[in-house]
Amino acid sequence: MATEAHGAEHAAETGGLVFHPMDQFIVKPLFGGDTISWYTPTNVTLWMAISILVIVGLLVMGSSRRAIVPTRMQSMAEMTYGFIHKMLEDICGKEGLKFFPYVMTLFMFIVTANFLGLVPMSFTLTSHFAVTVVLALLVFLTVTIVGFVKNGASFLGLFWVSSAPLALRPILAVIELISYFVRPVSHSIRLAGNLMAGHAVMKVFAGFAALTIVSPVSILAITAMYGLELLVAFVQAYVFTILTCVYLKDALHPSH
Amino acid sequence: MEGELAHIGAGLAGMGTGIAALGVGNVAANFLAGALRNPSAAASQTATLFIGIAFAEALGIFSFLVALLLMFAV
Amino acid sequence: MATETHDAGQAAADMAHGAAQGGVGMPQLDFSTFPNQVFWLAVTLVVIYLVLSRVALPRIGGILAERTGTITNDLAAAEDLKAKAVEAEEAYNQALADARSEAQRIAAEARAEIQADLDDAIAKADAEIAAKTAESEKAIAEIRAGALESIQTVAKDTTAEIVGALGFQADDAAVAGAIADRMKG
Repeated sequence: MATEAHGAEHAAETGGLVFHPMDQFIVKPLFGGDTISWYTPTNVTLWMAISILVIVGLLVMGSSRRAIVPTRMQSMAEMTYGFIHKMLEDICGKEGLKFFPYVMTLFMFIVTANFLGLVPMSFTLTSHFAVTVVLALLVFLTVTIVGFVKNGASFLGLFWVSSAPLALRPILAVIELISYFVRPVSHSIRLAGNLMAGHAVMKVFAGFAALTIVSPVSILAITAMYGLELLVAFVQAYVFTILTCVYLKDALHPSH
Repeated sequence: MEGELAHIGAGLAGMGTGIAALGVGNVAANFLAGALRNPSAAASQTATLFIGIAFAEALGIFSFLVALLLMFAV
Repeated sequence: MATETHDAGQAAADMAHGAAQGGVGMPQLDFSTFPNQVFWLAVTLVVIYLVLSRVALPRIGGILAERTGTITNDLAAAEDLKAKAVEAEEAYNQALADARSEAQRIAAEARAEIQADLDDAIAKADAEIAAKTAESEKAIAEIRAGALESIQTVAKDTTAEIVGALGFQADDAAVAGAIADRMKG
């Protein structure tokens, strides 16, 4: 582990400034011990449980009174519902609505995990490729399976751009095919990368706060970054969901 | 030596993030120009705006990822 | 790929280091934690999916539908009331128009009656006037006839005298014929 030695050296050289921007992403067992097997309760488990509680609290508890004139919680739940419902209906049309619970699950999980990650000392679930790759592969598999089940072989027409000149079509088909398979990659890396970048940058600024001279600037910078990260947390969840809708539209109506 | 080269590479890769920022700014600027010219159509196109920003940003995130890999994983 | 397998192989050691030294390296590429994360993610997603599709979404959808229903009902009720108001106004207008036409009818009737009386009276007066005129004309004609007769008699007498004075024997018949000729003019 030459890098580690380098890192330690580096920290020593800069005179006490210690940056560990990636430490916040380490997965640790909750109840001690070193080994992490597939069932060990870790901080991942803890924050997943907290996300479930938050989602249940918002969508189930919030709407439990079934009031015609909504309370604050209930109107938040209704707004979230209406937001995703409208997005899905606008992009995929009426037949896309049977995927509503699925899309809603993705959106609620990502948005909750993103916002919970912004709580100080918390763990950001969606900054891990393991999580986002699974989410993106779920979308990819759903789209592919639904596309073939609904349209049969004509789903392959997605790659055959009929509006292009005939000579160009094979080349375009190769490009379309590649872009189709790059989708889950960019889909997952965008989400994890955005969150990781934002949180790491905040940690780097926090590292600078150890120097008395720059600490006010660094605290201001952290505050500004925090505001930006709040925006990013929502926008990334929104983008993930809207891209899911767009891919679903491809599966439902594959004609270009 | 190898590690230092990796750090230089990380810095170079990090520049990609800034270049992606140009792309994102371009998307947003053109959207704003179009929206000011035809404000009534702007609201219906915000979804397209975010999709465009997301695609432009994803590539910047890739270069950021390369930088991180060079910093921490090589 | 070589790096990744290297990482995966060293994962446990990495973790130990991480705990001890505050860790350098990307925890995201620590493949030893992947099964754990994927397992708990799967559990979480299934739980959220079940909660949303069984409880939350139908309930919120129900609330929204109910609200839309209530609003629609209220709107329909308002529409109903409005229609009733319009109906009442129409009935009022109808009554008003009826009363007005009744009044007009009565006025016309009265006018016609008066007209008939008037016509009657005028006709009677006309008849009386005509009768009187005829009587007067008759009287005038009698007077005129009387006068003509007198003139003829006087003319005859005068003529007979004049003719006698001139020394001729007056022929009565010839005198009468001449006078009648002259009178005709």
